[in-house]
Amino acid sequence: MSFEEDLARLDAIARALENDRLPLDEAMKLFEEGVARLRAATAALEAAEGRVGQLVKQADGTFTVRDLQR
Amino acid sequence: MSPRVAEPGESAETAISVSVLAESVKSIVEGSVPPVWIRGEVTGFKKYRSGHWYFALRDGNAQISCMVWASDTARIPAAPDEGMQVTAYGRLGVYAARTEIRFSILRLAASGDGLWRKAFEEARAKLDADGLLDPARKRPLPRYPRTIAVITSTEGAALHDIVSVARRRDPTICVVVIPAAVQGETAPKELVRALRRASHWDGADLVIIGRGGGSREDLWAFNDERVARAVAMCRTPTISAVGHEVDVSLTDLVADLRAATPSAAAETAVPERAKVVHDLERMGSRLRGALSLRAERARSDLARASRDLAVRARRAVELRRSWLAASAATIDALSPLRTLERGYVVARDADGRTLSRVRDFVVGEEFGIVAHDGSVRARTVDVKPEAT
Repeated sequence: MSFEEDLARLDAIARALENDRLPLDEAMKLFEEGVARLRAATAALEAAEGRVGQLVKQADGTFTVRDLQR
Repeated sequence: MSPRVAEPGESAETAISVSVLAESVKSIVEGSVPPVWIRGEVTGFKKYRSGHWYFALRDGNAQISCMVWASDTARIPAAPDEGMQVTAYGRLGVYAARTEIRFSILRLAASGDGLWRKAFEEARAKLDADGLLDPARKRPLPRYPRTIAVITSTEGAALHDIVSVARRRDPTICVVVIPAAVQGETAPKELVRALRRASHWDGADLVIIGRGGGSREDLWAFNDERVARAVAMCRTPTISAVGHEVDVSLTDLVADLRAATPSAAAETAVPERAKVVHDLERMGSRLRGALSLRAERARSDLARASRDLAVRARRAVELRRSWLAASAATIDALSPLRTLERGYVVARDADGRTLSRVRDFVVGEEFGIVAHDGSVRARTVDVKPEAT
């Protein structure tokens, strides 16, 4: 899941938790998922290294990113 | 003195062929007039199957045949309209088969950017007819992109601007360039190919397509209908950033967002790292806050439920107790002891059977009398049935 998707899911979880009608056991489950996602997103953000690359199409039709010397 | 040899064409004997004359006309005309700009009014425009354009330019006094080779029409934004005032750059040529003088046009422009505007409006109308300009098509941009694809020239300033703005805002952002010529004849094709690649790759959160400022002609690839359609088809959200403030390009109209310059595009696309970190922290406290509120509510629900339960239980016990009391009173009222208390006695035989009729008594036999405060042994002396 991408960073963007993690954040979107977190927003959805927070909204669900803020909804009064959610049963407590489901709220607990969602909270646990939220904490896990928050950890993953934070870790991804901390581990990220800036990169400038060029998209290269390979012989098999897939794509790869080659670093650009700047 | 040797006899003088006649020059070709000087006499009937040395007559030259039509072809030779035509060729010499051609070489004189084409060799003596350098390429020029001319101006006039378009008349008799025809587009041939071959792709060449034929028409004439005229003014009040004269007219000259003109043509545009199919390969040169690609550089002209749109075909001119009948009666349009144009300027044309080209060279004089001679069509040898008829020895017709023709002005062969390389560049054509209408006054007031007429041809550009015409080409733009035509393409715009087609995009509009296909619904590609509908504001409802515009997708929201990702709020936290991590990888940004940039479709531009690797040589231009646009790439440098985008990379430096993006990295200043977040040094951990990834910028992936998909190179394409942004001007010249190959630009539309290369831009379309780069857009398709970005879409197939699907590895970027966002695509910025653009270039720095330039002349109307330099920017023209971004008004190409094919390029605009490729922008519209891109699976990844797009920002169009063609470096000009005044005019809108077709890619601006179909992209999810238009930015005035490549730098502005990067500015809009990339959130500052500090803000992302802050947003993550806020999300954490939001989750904890929501859960503790939810738990608090659960606790109070539980407390209320247990109070309710105690009240109901007490009510239930009281209700049963009052039923019991009512039943006890009824039973009590029916008890034979009550009857005895009122002064009645019961006669019973040795087995405890109640002797309620005279025939139950046997003269001379013992029986018992039960009163409310004890019993008496008795004997039947005489039996007198009531006469009926």
